[in-house]
Amino acid sequence: MNETENQVETTPAGGLIIEVNSMHKWYGDFHVLSDINLQVKSQERIVICGPSGSGKSTLIRCINRLEEHQRGQIIVNGTELTNDIKNIEKVRAEVGMVFQHFNLFPHLTIVENLTLGPIWVRKTPKKEADEMAMMYLEKVHIAEQAEKFPGQLSGGQQQRVAIARSLCMKPQVMLFDEPTSALDPEMIKEVLDVMIDLAEEGMTMLVVTHEMGFAKSVADRVMFMDEGQVVEENNPHDFFDNPQHERTKLFLSQIL
Amino acid sequence: MSAPNTPPSREYLKPPVTEVGVLGWLRTNLFNTWYNSLLTVSVMLILLQVVPPFFSWAFIDSVWNTPSEACRDIDGACWSVIPQNISFILFGFFPDGEQWRPGSAMLLLLGLVFYSKNSKHWKKSLGVYWLIGLVVMGTLMYGGVFGMQVVETAQWSGLPLTFMLSFFGMVAAYPLGVVLALGRQSRMPAIKTLCVVYIEMIRGVPLISLLFMSSIMFPLFLPEGVTIDKVLRAQVAIILFTAAYIAEVVRGGLQAMPRGQFEAADSLGLNYNQTMRLIILPQALKIVIPPSLGILLSAFKDTSLVVIIALYDVLKTTKVTLSNPKWTAYSTEAYIFLAVLYFICCYAMSSYSRKLEKTLHTGR
Repeated sequence: MNETENQVETTPAGGLIIEVNSMHKWYGDFHVLSDINLQVKSQERIVICGPSGSGKSTLIRCINRLEEHQRGQIIVNGTELTNDIKNIEKVRAEVGMVFQHFNLFPHLTIVENLTLGPIWVRKTPKKEADEMAMMYLEKVHIAEQAEKFPGQLSGGQQQRVAIARSLCMKPQVMLFDEPTSALDPEMIKEVLDVMIDLAEEGMTMLVVTHEMGFAKSVADRVMFMDEGQVVEENNPHDFFDNPQHERTKLFLSQIL
Repeated sequence: MSAPNTPPSREYLKPPVTEVGVLGWLRTNLFNTWYNSLLTVSVMLILLQVVPPFFSWAFIDSVWNTPSEACRDIDGACWSVIPQNISFILFGFFPDGEQWRPGSAMLLLLGLVFYSKNSKHWKKSLGVYWLIGLVVMGTLMYGGVFGMQVVETAQWSGLPLTFMLSFFGMVAAYPLGVVLALGRQSRMPAIKTLCVVYIEMIRGVPLISLLFMSSIMFPLFLPEGVTIDKVLRAQVAIILFTAAYIAEVVRGGLQAMPRGQFEAADSLGLNYNQTMRLIILPQALKIVIPPSLGILLSAFKDTSLVVIIALYDVLKTTKVTLSNPKWTAYSTEAYIFLAVLYFICCYAMSSYSRKLEKTLHTGR
C-alpha cells in the first residue's frame, strides 16, 4: 500500500489532476459517453456545456465514480478508478462535488453538515472541524445560519452551504453539476459569486452549467458536448466568438 | 409625501359572529348540513341512553373492595374482583411474600424507560444504567443471592412476564429488523436471498405457530439433556417474528430516501457503514416511526398469545382468577381493568412516538 500513501499530497499548480483516456460508458444498451478524453491541470477552470441528455453530468459523475465507466481509464490525483472501493473512497475524499439539488443532510444542522466529512473521513478532532466549518461558512457569507437546519434556508443559501461542505474536505478539485439550475433567478448570483471567489483563489474546477456569463468570465476552457461526445473544446473567447462546429453554433444560437 | 414606508391604512373587520366562538364551532362541526344535524341528534340520543346507566353501574351502584359475597346483592359493578386478587393477577405464581421482587423489578424497568424517553439523556451513561438495571432486575426476579429464594422462570408470570416479553421483544427486534432491511437491500445475492427468505417465511406463518414450534418442535432437535428455558424460547420466537415485520417497514423508509442523500454521502468519501449510520438510517427510521409504532403495539398485545404454550401472562392470570367460582360472575369488571391496563401502556407508547416525531423534526 506504499503507492497509495503518497497520492494524497497536494498537486502543484500545472500538474495533472484528472486524466480521462478514451472512456466509454453505457446505460444498458445506450451508449451515453463515447471516447471521452480529458486532461485537467491543477488550478484549471473548465466549463462543460451542451444540450440536455448530452452526457455532461454523467461525465463529471464518472470522475468521482457516482457512475461507473465501462471502458477506458479515469485517473484522479494519480489513482485510477476501478472497482476497488478503497480507492474510490480515497478519490471521493479529494474530489468535492456540488449537486443541482444541494443534497444537504436535512437531519443535521448546517455546521454538522460541514463537519461530518472532516470528522469521519479525515478524522479531524471535532473542535478543529467546527472552527474550520465556521471559517468556510464565513467565506460563503452564511455563518449566522450555522445552527439552523437545511430546511430553514433558501435554495441559494443551501447551495452555498453545499459548496462550503465540499470545501471543508480541502478537495484537490471541485465538480459542479448544474449548481444553479434549481435556483430562483435572484439567488443564482449569490452562488455564482461564491464560485468566482473560489476560482480566483486557484481552485481546480469542473463546472457543468448553462450560465454562459460565468463561462466567459471564469473558464480557462469551455467544452461543448453533444450526444455523448466532446464536439468542441476551446478557450472561452474563441468558443463564443468563433465556434467551429455547426452543432455548437446551433446550441449557442439557442441559449444566448 | 408623508411616511412613504407605511402601507395605506386599511380597516380590519371582525368575522361574523356565526363563524367564530361556540356558535361558529357548533355550526361548522355539528350542524353544517341537514344530515350532519340528523347524525348529531341521533348520536346524542344514543349517548343519553348508554352513558348514564353505565355511569351508575360503574361508579354509583358499585363496590370497590369487598369479599365476593358482598357483590351478590348489588346492581352495580363488583370492582372488588381486582383488589381482592391483585397479587395473583399482577404476579401470578411468584411465591407469596416474595412479590416485592417482581414489583420492584417492574418499577425499575418503568423508571429506566421513563428516564430514557428524554433525548437529553441519550449518552453513554444511559447504556451503563441499563446494564446495571438489567442485572438488578434479573437478580430480583431469579433470586439465589442475598438470601432471596430461587424462583424458576416457569413461575414468572403476570405483568412482569407481559412486560418482559414485550419490552425485550421490541428492543431486540428493532435492531434485528434494521439489519434484515439493510440485508434485503444488499448487492450481495447470498445475503439478499437469505434476508428475503427469512422475512417472507416468518411473515408467512402466524405467531402462534412460531410459539408452538419454539415450545414443542425446537426441543426435539436439541441433544439429549440440553434444555433451553421455555420463557427464553418464547422470547426468541417473539423477537424473530417482530423483526420480520420491522424489517419490511424499515425497508420502506430506506426506499423513501432520495438518491441524492446516498450520492452526497458517497461524494464526501464516507464508507457504507458511515453512510448508513450517520446519514441514511437516522432519516429513514424517523420516517417510519408511525408504522413501526403500529408493529410494536401489536407485538405488545400479541404477547398474550403465550398462553397457548402454558405461560401465564397478565391476561391468563386474570382468566385463572375468574375460574374461581367466587369470582366467575365478575369477568366484565376484570376485563375492563385489563383493557384499561393495556390501553394505558399503548397510549403511552403512541403519545411518546408522536413526541419523538416532533423532537426529531427539522423543518422541510
